Amino acid sequence: MPRLSVWMVRAALLHLGTGFTVGGLLLFNKGEPFDTGVWALLQVHVDLLIFGWIMQLAMGVAYWILPRFAQPPKYGRTWLAALAFGLINAGTLISAGGQWAGSSGWTLVGRAAILLAGLCFAVYIFPRVKPMEFVTPPGR
Amino acid sequence: MPPLARYHIKTGLVYFAAALLLGVLLAAQPVFALPPQIAALRPVFLHLLIVGWVTQLIMGVVYWMFPKESKERPRGSPRLGWAVFLLLNGGLALRVIGEPLLIFQPGPAAGAALAVSAVLQTAAGWGFIANTWARIKER
Ligand code: HEM
Ligand code: HEM
Repeated sequence: MPRLSVWMVRAALLHLGTGFTVGGLLLFNKGEPFDTGVWALLQVHVDLLIFGWIMQLAMGVAYWILPRFAQPPKYGRTWLAALAFGLINAGTLISAGGQWAGSSGWTLVGRAAILLAGLCFAVYIFPRVKPMEFVTPPGR
Repeated sequence: MPPLARYHIKTGLVYFAAALLLGVLLAAQPVFALPPQIAALRPVFLHLLIVGWVTQLIMGVVYWMFPKESKERPRGSPRLGWAVFLLLNGGLALRVIGEPLLIFQPGPAAGAALAVSAVLQTAAGWGFIANTWARIKER
């Protein structure tokens, strides 16, 4: 597994753990109400799990497993994928925090970063969606 | 494919079918003037789909195909893996029972079911992370 996939999948797992914990708070509070303020975490829950977990896990696994290029650089324009990694994590945290704090401005900044992350990753991964390439070893 | 992965994926398929069924019921509610409380089952529908199916499918495939932790412990702790399976599915099943109960017959049973469900699912999430972490590595 390449290093960027390690980072993406581990970050995705941390979003999963945090998102499930927030979901657990919401569900516990729905059954045994202890604080109405907990409902303010609903959008935090949704953003962490949809963008931080599911979307980022898919990116990490795609970066790892889709066909590479026969000629170096084997992973293509990796800076685009690295940018997507930074943007999706920053964007998810800013969007979730913005909604928790009730700031529509920060929410917009976060969602825009998530959009850019998606675009960067799509542009990055597009040429890797292709048949496997084989190079004939020299001397054959 | 190890048995635990098959259990995850097949249980996930059952939740998938249940979710789609509930999706039809939600869509049928206004059309046939069914009890309006049915509309409140939307979170159950979404979580059947996304926890019961999508996340569970991911857990099964990760357990099966991620890089091996080591020769001695290729898939982490199988025992923790099974605990995660039981916690996730027990927790989700309790929610599927508890949410309608809370809507149609609110009371201590419904509240307790949701609270216990919350604890089980949260534990499942962290258990999965603990069992998967060391398998995410460069090579
Ligand atoms: C991948 C995992 C998950 C995703 C993507 C997810 C997504 C969502 C979404 C989209 C909603 C909004 C529902 C709506 O608008 O009707 C929601 C609400 C909620 N989620 Fe999750 N969720 C996940 C896991 C969990 C878990 C594990 C728990 C509990 C331990 C949980 C507890 C809740 C609760 C209590 C609500 C509020 C339901 C209500 O409005 O009454 N979620 N979730
Ligand atoms: C072509 C693909 C898709 C389309 C056109 C689509 C469209 C929609 C629409 C129209 C809604 C309703 C929004 C609302 O009621 O406010 C929705 C909600 C939702 N979708 Fe999708 N969707 C797509 C793919 C997905 C995928 C792949 C997932 C999850 C892995 C997903 C998860 C959700 C969730 C969780 C909600 C509820 C959000 C909330 O209540 O806050 N969708 N989608």
